[in-house]
Amino acid sequence: MTSQGKLIQKLAFACIGMFGFAFALVPLYDVFCDITGLNGKPSLEQAKVSDTIDKSRIVDVGFITHIQNQAPFKVSADQAIVSVQPGAMSKVVFKAKNVSNESRMMQAVPSVSPGLAAKYMHKIECFCFEQQALEPGEEADLALMFYIDTALPLEFEELTLSYTVFDITQSGQMGSSQGASK
Amino acid sequence: MNSITQDQKDSQEQIKAQEGVITTEHDDSHAEEHHGPAKGLKRWLYTTNHKDIGSMYLIFSLVMFLIGGTMAMVIRAELFQPGLQLVDPHFFNQMTTVHGLIMVFGAVMPAFVGLANWMVPLMIGAPDMALPRMNNWSFWILPFAFAILLGSLFMEGGGPAFGWTFYAPLSTTYSNDNTALFVFAVHIMGISSIMGAINVIVTIVNMRAPGMTWMKLPLFVWTWLITAFLLIAVMPVLAGVVTMVLTDKYFGTSFFNAMGGGDPVMFQHIFWFFGHPEVYIMILPAFGIVSSIIPAFSRKKLFGYASMVYATASIAFLSFIVWAHHMFTTGMPLAGELFFMYTTMLISVPTGVKVFNWVATMWRGSLSFEVPMLFAIAFVVLFTIGGFSGLMLAITPADFQYHDTYFVVAHFHYVLVTGAIFSIMAGVYYWLPKWTGNMFDIALAKWHFWLSLVSVNVLFFPMHFVGLAGMPRRVPDYALQFADFNAIISIGGFAFGLSQLLFVAVVYKCIKGGDKVPAKVWEGAEGLEWEVDSPAPYHTFETPPKIKD
Repeated sequence: MTSQGKLIQKLAFACIGMFGFAFALVPLYDVFCDITGLNGKPSLEQAKVSDTIDKSRIVDVGFITHIQNQAPFKVSADQAIVSVQPGAMSKVVFKAKNVSNESRMMQAVPSVSPGLAAKYMHKIECFCFEQQALEPGEEADLALMFYIDTALPLEFEELTLSYTVFDITQSGQMGSSQGASK
Repeated sequence: MNSITQDQKDSQEQIKAQEGVITTEHDDSHAEEHHGPAKGLKRWLYTTNHKDIGSMYLIFSLVMFLIGGTMAMVIRAELFQPGLQLVDPHFFNQMTTVHGLIMVFGAVMPAFVGLANWMVPLMIGAPDMALPRMNNWSFWILPFAFAILLGSLFMEGGGPAFGWTFYAPLSTTYSNDNTALFVFAVHIMGISSIMGAINVIVTIVNMRAPGMTWMKLPLFVWTWLITAFLLIAVMPVLAGVVTMVLTDKYFGTSFFNAMGGGDPVMFQHIFWFFGHPEVYIMILPAFGIVSSIIPAFSRKKLFGYASMVYATASIAFLSFIVWAHHMFTTGMPLAGELFFMYTTMLISVPTGVKVFNWVATMWRGSLSFEVPMLFAIAFVVLFTIGGFSGLMLAITPADFQYHDTYFVVAHFHYVLVTGAIFSIMAGVYYWLPKWTGNMFDIALAKWHFWLSLVSVNVLFFPMHFVGLAGMPRRVPDYALQFADFNAIISIGGFAFGLSQLLFVAVVYKCIKGGDKVPAKVWEGAEGLEWEVDSPAPYHTFETPPKIKD
């Protein structure tokens, strides 16, 4: 092949490679955020229980919920704020209600603020790990069990765990895309 | 050196073979070597001649410039007074969106590709572009892309209305079904740009005349070579991100949808990974044009040629690591904000080198102020203003105030209109006599320059102030205290828009006729393009030229 042909081939491969790179950015972005904890995206995996408790400090954890696009749910935590010692397990119950006349599927997506603290929030049990089917008017108690990592840097004294609640009745299963975290 | 000549011979034979095929369809009697262009529409449809394709690109870009400009007139008419007068907000949003898309992908980029087609082979002593058949393709798919995009404006629900940046979820959850047309149009534009870029790289690498070494290349060729690499690196990323928008909207994926585990902020990361190099794609060739024109009318060699080349390469490299300065307000952590702030500010170093070199070229030169030089000097001054407002925007804490205001609009119009567009006009005035063989109407061209210069500043300079005072962009209405400034801005806008009709008149008259010009149109100009006749013959450098010293 002429050197011109080789060059064209290389450039064409570079284009295909960069097209692939755009898609590779999706998992890379998640990996990067996982490692650095930059975007406040908490892990959706079940954590192991902590074996130590840091009794020397107390961290306030607040809970807020946000209903996206007028989804027909009411969701709120039974305590707005809990004060916890890092490493100690806490349980918070969220009350969820389907306020429509149809059965609905609900999905809550968590987010932690400040974002850099997200990786220190470990959930043992969370309703955000799965979806909830709610009958018309049905009320459900949804549990969250979590602890704060003892390695939480000292500058964080308050964390907020925010849940965005989606109605996914139409769109069916969650996590069908590559964009989903495991 | 040998391999270059060999390649060039190969390419030459290839071109002749291809053009031979075409001409035999029309006229068997002509010898292969000295045929002119075919006649009629087929000449333009089937042409593989770099000059024909360059002309088509330039005319296409001018048409798009006028269409996109008309949309800007609609925007400025609506904003002439506060309140909603002329168009409804949804249509206003379509106008801002499509104005941006047309100007970026339809006006500025094709104009540079057109100039590259015309000038790169002439500047490096090559007979044509390396891949003439692909060249024809990369032009002819463009009109279809823009027909699709513009057609969507007339469909039920209207065209894209989510801004040219098509942020998710605006382009996914909240857009109408015509979004698919937008996606396909962008795909076609991207394919066209990629083919153009491959062509430019192969041409420059393989088809330089013997003796045309790397550090003898005119800067327009250098800047285009680097631009072409940027295009190859980021246009596929744009194709990727529009594809994700397409599948999110129509096929149930959740790349950017938090409900399905995706992340809308990720859209902005991927988009601006394309978007920031893209803005340099639109300015690096401008640097090349201005670096050709200023020495010609200063009658001096370009000051600091090698530093210009390295500065261009540094800007291109830095463009890949600054993208998140478009996203300071998305809630990035401090470390990220600092990183992107400092890398962004770093770009002002190579850019400063360039501006310094242009000024140093003019320093103690024997200056004359022909029309191309007027545009080039205006470019240096006004682009620098745009550069400084860019530096202000790079300061993270200040950016929270400037973000999404008219200050940003002022910034990018200074770099794109008085930067890219002025350089294109400078280039057209510089080379138009070479293309047509006729001198343009100088008086009319000077009118065009001075009217444009004054009106463009009346148009964009006050935007800095309304922006700093907090007027948000992309909104059809505004608070009453901005009324006077917006009226002034709109008047500047109408004046600038009308002035461009003079440009059309100058170009039209010049194509039709005018004073004949010699091969070396401007006495201070240097480069191989001035060694061929004016107008440039249909085929040039069929035998490679001798390169001096």
